Amino acid sequence: MDLKLKIWRQENAQAKGEFKTYNVAGVSSDSSFLEMLDVLNESIVDKVETPVCFDHDCREGICGMCSLYINGRPHGPDDAITTCQLHMRKFKDGDTITIEPWRASPFPVIKDLVVDRTALDSIIQSGGYTSAKTGGVPDANATLIDKYSSDLAMDAASCIGCGACVAACKNASAMLFVAAKVSQFALLPQGQVEKTKRVQDMVARMDELGFGNCTNTYACEMECPKEISVTNIARMNREFLSSKVCSEQ
Amino acid sequence: MIKFDSKIPEGKLKDKWNNYKAHQGLVNPSNKRKLDIIVVGTGLAGGAAAASFGELGFNVKNFCISDSPRRAHSIAAQGGINAAKNYPGDGDSIYRLFYDTIKGGDYRSREGNVYRLAEVSNDIIDQCVAQGVPFARDYSGYLDNRSFGGAQVSRTFYARGQTGQQLLLGAYGALSKEIEKGTVTSYNRMEMLDLVLIDGKARGIITRDLKTGKVERHSAHAVVIATGGYGNVFFLSTNAMTSNGGAIIRSWRRGALMANPAFVQIHPTCIPVHGDFQSKLTLMSESLRNDGRIWVPKNIEDAVAIKEGKKKPTDLSEEERDYYLERRYPAFGNLVPRDVASRAAKERCDAGFGIGTGLAVYLDFKSAIARLGEDVIRARYGNLFQMYEKIVDENPYHTPMMIYPAIHYSMGGTWVDYELQSTIPGLFVGGEANFSDHGANRLGASALMQGLSDGYFVLPYTVQNYLAEEIRVPRFSTDLPEFEQAEKDVQARIDQLMNIKGSKSPDYFHKKLGKIMWENVGMARTADGLAHAKTEIAKIREEFYKNLLVVGTAESFNPELEKALRVADFIDMGELMAFDAAHRDESCGGHFREEFQTPEGEALRNDKDYMYVGTWEYKGEGVEPELHKEDLQYEEIEVKTRNYK
Repeated sequence: MDLKLKIWRQENAQAKGEFKTYNVAGVSSDSSFLEMLDVLNESIVDKVETPVCFDHDCREGICGMCSLYINGRPHGPDDAITTCQLHMRKFKDGDTITIEPWRASPFPVIKDLVVDRTALDSIIQSGGYTSAKTGGVPDANATLIDKYSSDLAMDAASCIGCGACVAACKNASAMLFVAAKVSQFALLPQGQVEKTKRVQDMVARMDELGFGNCTNTYACEMECPKEISVTNIARMNREFLSSKVCSEQ
Repeated sequence: MIKFDSKIPEGKLKDKWNNYKAHQGLVNPSNKRKLDIIVVGTGLAGGAAAASFGELGFNVKNFCISDSPRRAHSIAAQGGINAAKNYPGDGDSIYRLFYDTIKGGDYRSREGNVYRLAEVSNDIIDQCVAQGVPFARDYSGYLDNRSFGGAQVSRTFYARGQTGQQLLLGAYGALSKEIEKGTVTSYNRMEMLDLVLIDGKARGIITRDLKTGKVERHSAHAVVIATGGYGNVFFLSTNAMTSNGGAIIRSWRRGALMANPAFVQIHPTCIPVHGDFQSKLTLMSESLRNDGRIWVPKNIEDAVAIKEGKKKPTDLSEEERDYYLERRYPAFGNLVPRDVASRAAKERCDAGFGIGTGLAVYLDFKSAIARLGEDVIRARYGNLFQMYEKIVDENPYHTPMMIYPAIHYSMGGTWVDYELQSTIPGLFVGGEANFSDHGANRLGASALMQGLSDGYFVLPYTVQNYLAEEIRVPRFSTDLPEFEQAEKDVQARIDQLMNIKGSKSPDYFHKKLGKIMWENVGMARTADGLAHAKTEIAKIREEFYKNLLVVGTAESFNPELEKALRVADFIDMGELMAFDAAHRDESCGGHFREEFQTPEGEALRNDKDYMYVGTWEYKGEGVEPELHKEDLQYEEIEVKTRNYK
């Protein structure tokens, strides 16, 4: 396939960015989107120019490192996958493809298509865990957990922290990301002890970092590579409300 | 001559670890905060260790190559984690897990270490559940288990096909808690480029900030490296793109011995290579072998017809299929260990029975779907099937998957003693980066177990024992001449690579190296092939330092420079692997020398001459490394020929 790529180039967070157009020829339809960018970069390097920087690591759809806003959609035109699992057979020969970084003010651009997502780490640091220390915990089978709750917790826990939900949201809200973590623990007995503090601290940190509010467009669920449901947001809202109403904390 | 002592504690096997802990040195709480520990890596071993050190009260600096600790490649492990809980009551025990692991490793690992691993395996599951890891459960609310390659019991705990991710998120949660408390300082997008020694002890590291290119110095009382394996020497592997053995290769150059570098694992169930632009190989979890049956056409004509597109796999009747693992290994069938399954696939493909490009075999779920229904299979492997379909564009519910072996895991790594301390005092190495527990072959679902064992339950004890002797040592200034020199060395290496200004990109050399490695130091090795590999690698090195092109500048975000620095390490590592493979005149585990096999094509070990850990001392770039041997003693178990028939 021969393709025309319009790619966002930006030297660093302070510099002004712009779209640059590249042509890439002879791309195999079996290759992944990132392998197509590898081919482009090889050709750029051959001309002794600076290749396009983009984040990527595991290339099997699980680490959450790859991002890319492709033709107006986080992770591109296919559903329920990350950019690294997007394959070129989803495009047609001669297509023009527009590639941008995640755009959200809490995610400043580092270079080209690479953005800084440490804000998501900061939210987890505010309470996205149980405070169990190493050792001194009970036997794993001491507490029974019904399969239904356990499966729902697993659904929520499958978030890979890529930030597509934030990129998809017109408000740059991180509600789906935060709700997934809050839900995982709200659904499990291990999470009950700290549930009040957890939801309050995580929501406060999210607001502090400049993420927007949820206005129920559900774009996040549409674009989530792990298909995390917006019902988690409803669960988080309930947890938040009850923590304010029912708790002394 | 380097002296090294495995420091296995006295006493019976089952008492050794308890004896160690009972007599080890401790550091009181007020002294702990005066002691600094550097942890390089944030995967299961590194993340768990950093979090545990923080909880104990040490001052921890944790370095991460990605943008977040949660990205570490432990995340990619799909199938599960072993533990000797014996919840299903099917005859498992600590001893049996220990025995299976030693046998699975083809009697090339240490009894003491492996026993400890089996012993703490149960604590790991308890710990993870306390952290809220959503392991699979059955309708009773109890934890569910499944079986895995190389075992006849069901001892594997799992969280759908995302076990590694869920365990890592547990460790990441614990780490995040400590970062919030301030006991751990997290440094993201930083790569360790050198180890700093003061008076022979590890006292710090030199890093490069990948965002800005800034070279920095960091000091500590002890350094822990847990940066994973070096499988990317082969260019194409199941490792993540940034996974690299750099930290251990640089430590090797500073004097830490490297053990069994030739022992790399070739995983039997990966999606086959599709073309020249391929950047990595994708693993399909070994758990698929629980329900999938592996086969190739019985008649070579059918294999040819399928390759030419004239027949489909579903056209072939049962009689026309050769379920070669079930045929050759009736006792274990499709669940033989990875090395055995990989070699059997290669044997069939080399004989012309391969499908796809000729280098692929089928993994078929037809019988399992008929027996259990599509819904059960979807619940067990749904995400893996979806991943396969996205990559290959075929629906594995209707047509068998195509798979082929690929480089996956490195059993070899930095030589460490029972305390996971290298030959450099104060340098500890955990997880895949060390050589310790898997011998010549790792069993499925044991990597997660080892990473977390090292991180949660071994390093917090042994590093503390080391630091108990360091309480009077004040913090180190990074202005010391040792730091200055190490930084200069790193800067000189960066300048050297930047200034070659040749015409070939780092990837060009990496691909070339990978091809030589796969063909000669891969699944089947020969003395001639390995000699050829050494010559070719020397040529690649020469060309690399003459004709490398690194575009951009060193003082900026520059992935090309990152790759160039790693490829320079991979060249040295590849050569070392060839030396190790060439010296070991036997076949064991993942190391298969064609000259040493039984008439049936099984690996032929030579216990008389090679029952030792082969460790290598660095002697300079392009100079032959020096071999040292740690003899292995088996007191508890009888050394046998591995038999899965």
